[in-house]
This record gives sequence, structure tokens and C-alpha cells, in this order.
Amino acid sequence: MPTLIELKDGVCRPAEDPFTHVADDEDLPPGDVIVSLTRFQQEGDRLLSEGRRVGVRLKSDEEVEALAYDLPRLAVVAFDFPKYRDGRSYTNARLVRERYGFKAEVRAVGDVLREQAGFMARVGFDAFEPADDASANEWQAAIRRYRHVYQRAADGRAPAFVEREA
Amino acid sequence: MYQYDTLDKEMLADRSAEFRGQVARRLSGELTEDQFKPLRLMNGLYLQLHAYMLRVAIPYGSLNPAQLRKLAWIGRTYDKGYGHFTTRTNLQFHWIKLADTPDILDHLASVDMHAIQTSGNCIRNTTTDPYAGATAEEVDDPRVWAEAIRQWSTFHPEFSFLPRKFKIAITAAPKDRTAARVHDIGLVLKRARDGALGFEVIVGGGMGRTPYVGPTIKEFLPVNRLLSYLEAILRVYNRHGRRDNIYKARIKILVAALGKDEFAKQVEAEWAKIDRDAGEGGADLPDTELARIRGAFATATFETLPAVSEAFETAKASTPAFARFVRNNVKPHKKPGYGIVEISLKGIGDTPGDATSEQMETVADLAERYGQNDIRVTHEQNLVLPHVRLDDIPSVWAGLAEAGIATANINLVSDIIACPGLDYCALANARAIPIAQHIAEKFRDPDRAEKVGELKIKISGCINACGHHHVGHIGILGVDKKGEEFYQLTLGGSGAEDASLGSILGPALPYDRVAGAVDTLVDVYLREREDGERFLDTFRRTGVAPFKEAVYADAH
Repeated sequence: MPTLIELKDGVCRPAEDPFTHVADDEDLPPGDVIVSLTRFQQEGDRLLSEGRRVGVRLKSDEEVEALAYDLPRLAVVAFDFPKYRDGRSYTNARLVRERYGFKAEVRAVGDVLREQAGFMARVGFDAFEPADDASANEWQAAIRRYRHVYQRAADGRAPAFVEREA
Repeated sequence: MYQYDTLDKEMLADRSAEFRGQVARRLSGELTEDQFKPLRLMNGLYLQLHAYMLRVAIPYGSLNPAQLRKLAWIGRTYDKGYGHFTTRTNLQFHWIKLADTPDILDHLASVDMHAIQTSGNCIRNTTTDPYAGATAEEVDDPRVWAEAIRQWSTFHPEFSFLPRKFKIAITAAPKDRTAARVHDIGLVLKRARDGALGFEVIVGGGMGRTPYVGPTIKEFLPVNRLLSYLEAILRVYNRHGRRDNIYKARIKILVAALGKDEFAKQVEAEWAKIDRDAGEGGADLPDTELARIRGAFATATFETLPAVSEAFETAKASTPAFARFVRNNVKPHKKPGYGIVEISLKGIGDTPGDATSEQMETVADLAERYGQNDIRVTHEQNLVLPHVRLDDIPSVWAGLAEAGIATANINLVSDIIACPGLDYCALANARAIPIAQHIAEKFRDPDRAEKVGELKIKISGCINACGHHHVGHIGILGVDKKGEEFYQLTLGGSGAEDASLGSILGPALPYDRVAGAVDTLVDVYLREREDGERFLDTFRRTGVAPFKEAVYADAH
């Protein structure tokens, strides 16, 4: 099982992952689960009624709009990076935070590399399953690499044009 | 010019430190070339046929003398004593050692330069009018918006992994020197009747194997809403642009597939939502920041001079070579007594766009002494001193002549755009540089070149079209036929305000017949042209027939 890195209040820590990723053709284990959008649409109500926490994993070609009405019920939204070059999940993550005001965990899964950690944190990811065995410390260093940012995004950092006015 | 403040400088220092770490991990073997490739490509470092190539960003083609001297020094210290200016107004070093790159980036950062986003599927360097701030044609200074875009697009967290690379051009003059209509986004700054400034927004132009002249999706976007509107375009593209085929991944394919009206509708819908998301802070730059940037470009100071300079007129009358330089390379300035001086990097027999370290230093010296410390790079791979007193132009010319860069051929037949081609590039099918050299040789006689007048020849060594052949008055495309270099000629393209794509002349020609064919095309033009017609105008009037007949006559 890959290590989970959580980002809270600007600090990265390794964490036990209470969730199990369940593929569409797998039997459901007990406990907290992360399932695909398809499976959630079919079985979500039942899963939630069983008292467990449920997360949904969106592929990069699925749009977060499909989850709009379910978000308040979800403990995790995971966005997949099938390849690090596929940038669609950055938009999904930013929208789930900025447009839908989702406050629970937004997790990056798939080809998740520390070189992208800074971008991911900025669009609102706060949990990561690194594919490159990076440690929480390395993740932290990558996220803090830049002292300034030029744009507003979902992380609340003050962009350069705001810093300049201070 | 815009001056980097502490924040801008710290961004570059942080980038440099990051890249030094990545190179160390590669050199120690912790990273394989496969793992390192995406990292170096985020930093303009390409592995080419013979060595690493480092592409240095020159944001909106604007340089000060200290920066140009530093580029000269890097060329001398780490390369073979020269650099290559590109059609994206950047500068490439073709003979770089990987282990030197972290030091090179530190040296660049010491003069506020970098290689950020000069490669990769991200927003690349913005092109603007090299005459910005100097030409009377412009409605306002486009560099203000180019700088706003530079900051907004730098390390953009949402748009650094787009389906494909993304290029923006901004022009503020009716005469388009940026090729705005063949960019992913072209912005044309306009003034409404009430005086308000706004952009005509063109999306989905491009070259490559599927060329398009981009359609206008918004006639008038208020200038202060630029960044949120760009964000909406980029978001629609990031979500819906094709990612399954590298050749169909540019935004032009999405715009063409949806149709411009449907694309525009999606952008408008997303834009409205962005506004609602942003709430009170707004999704655009505050006016204070725009004012700060604008102020940085308002620093050129001009003397009150008579419109006519005696020294300038005397030199023209007494020195025919200077008079020729003035006719071709000096353009009108908005202030009386000043001129815009174009420096051709297309000397006969030279590699288009190359400048030696000594030549760069000469230009830096001249800019410092006579040119308000301002140097521009054009997308046609030349340099510009935008603000020179007419009184000083004879001295500038003499300095350029001494350095071998006073070629009086701007916009003439030998002012050729050529990509590096098979001499450097791993993608190329055919050589481009020697073709350019052979054509220039044919028109070595400057009287004949002037008689021919404006004629834009653009050469690409492969279908990726880095040499912009689709929009050449004469376009030349290198193709591979069973291991031999052949060249497809197109006529009638234009990247300017009258943008159009060239049409194919006929079967591709072998390497040694290309320069002769251009010569023949020019002869047909001289025979057919009517008063005041450029090559392009004659071609548009007569069509391809007389040109085709002449070039392929001996093949019958």
C-alpha cells in the first residue's frame, strides 16, 4: 500500500490511510472505501447507509460537476493522474474547492510525483499518494520551494500583486 | 522597461535552486534520462542531435544591455561563441553541457533572466510588437498586458500540463508584426469610440501539420478583464482539448471541431462562473497592479527635436550604403527626430537568427549609448533598437557595419525565417539553414533585392512548421522522400493583419533546385507585377498559374 501524505496547515505528514481503494470488479471490504464514480452512482446510497465513510475517485476524463450534489456526503474526493502529463485533474481539484466549496479531503492518486506537488497543493489537494516513494519531508520541501506565487488559486496564498500592496 | 522587484527575483532564485537539485539527482544517477526528461523540459533544456540545447526566455522580446551582454558572455563561456534568436523571440544555445546548466541559470538569474516555460505543454513566452512604445500606429502599449500575462502564466498551477504547448501574441497596431492570427490566442488591442481599451480575441490559429487562421471569438473584451477571460479559455481547453494524439492536441483542433460559436459559448459560460467563484476579490488584476506595470513602461524620455536631422540627411546624401540602410531598416518613430532601427541577423551567407557574442555586445553597447537601454527581438529573428535619435543613426550604422550586422535587407527577399532544421534538430526531415543561405546568395546584389521589395520567405525543416512556412509569401517545407531531402513550395501565405495560408505550388523539388526555383518565382513576379504591388499582391491577383508554369516548365 502506498504511503499517504497529508497536508494540514502547511505541514506535510505521513499518515495511515483508513481508506481502501476498491476496483469496480472487487468485493467490498468492511470499513472506509474509495470507489469509482460509476460504482458510487450505483451503490453509493447503500454504502453510506452502512455507516462507513465513502470517497469517490474520478478519472481524469470525468468532470467534478458529475458529483456536485453528492459532495456533502463524501469524505474524500480523489482525482486520478493516469500520467503526470495529464493536467485535467488540476482543473477538477480547483473547481471542487473554489466552485463547490468542498472542505473535506481532496486526494491526488496515480502518477503523482513530487515535482508536481507544488502545483497540486495550490489547486487544493491536501492528500497525496506519491508514486515516486517521496517522503513527507521531500514533499514538504517541494511545496515550499517557491516563496511567492503570481496567481490566486485554491490554497489561499496571497499572490505577488497582493504582497506588493502590503 | 519593466524592472523585476524582490518578488520577481526571488521567484527566479527559487527556480534556479530547484533545477540545480534536479540536475544533481540526474548526474548522480538517482534519476534516469526518462525521469529527468520532463523536468529538464520544464526548463527549456532539450537533448538535440549533438548536444543539449538551452532555450532562454526573452519575455515579449524585450532586453536591456546588461541582459544581452550576459547572453553574449554565456555564449562565449559555455557555447561556441554565439546564440540563435528564435521565432518565439527567445534565444537558444545549441552546444550546452548538462553539468553547466545550473550555473548558467544562476548567471541568467543575476540579470533577471531564466528558461522558465520555454518548453513543455504550458503557456509559453508571449509575443508582442517589437515596435511597442515607439510606433505611432499603436493605440496603447501592448507590453503592459504582455507583462501581466507573463506573471499570471508563470508556474500557473492549473495550466502547466495542458494538452499541448500554448502561445499568445498581443499587438496594438493595425499593422501586425506578431502573427497574432496564427497563434493559439491572438489579442488585438483596440480603442472603442468612447475611448475605452479592449481586445479583439482570436483563438485557434496555428501552423504545424494542420494550419489555421484563427477566428475571432470576442470582438471587444475590456482590457481589465483579460486574465479572467484567458483563464476561461484555458480551462475549456485544458478539460476538452484532445490528449490522445499529439498532432491533434493544440487548441486550434478543439476550436475547429466545436466550431467557433460553440467554443465561444463555452468560454462565456465558464467566464461567468469564474466571476461568481471569485467573489469580492475578483478574478482579474487589481487596477493598482496594472498601474504599477504600466508605470514601468512609461519611463522612456524623449527630447524635443526637430523632425529633420541635418546629420542624418547629410549622411544619407553622402553615403549610399547608409541611405540604403535607412530605406530598409529604419522605421518611423512616434516622436519627431527619432527613428526605430532594425538590425538584421540575416547577413548574406549567415545562419538566420544567429548572433555572435561580439555582435551581441556591439548591440548592447549601441543600445546603451544611443538607444535608451532598450533592445527588442522580433519574431522574424532580427533585433530592434526602438528609440534612436536620427542624429545618432549614422553612428549606430557605423557600429553595426563594423560588427558585420548592418545588412540592409529588412523585409526583403534575404530576410528569411528558417528553423534550425536537420543541422541541429532531431525532428527535422531536411536542412533549412543552407537553403536560406543559397537563396540569400542569389539575391546578394542589394539593388536587385530592393527592386524586388517586400518578400517574406519562411523555411521549415519539417511539418512542425517552426519556420512558419505556411505564412511565408514563399513558404518552403522540407520533406523526406526515401531518405532524400525534398522541398514543398507554397505561395501566398501571410502572418500579418492580412493573414492567409499559402497554397502548394506543385511537386516537391530536390535540394539543389530550391534556390533556382525561388529565383524563377521572383522573375515571374517582376514580369507580372503592376504598380506598387508586392510579391504577395501579385500572387493574389494572378493566382498560381504563371508561377507554376515557370518553375515546372523544364520538367515537361
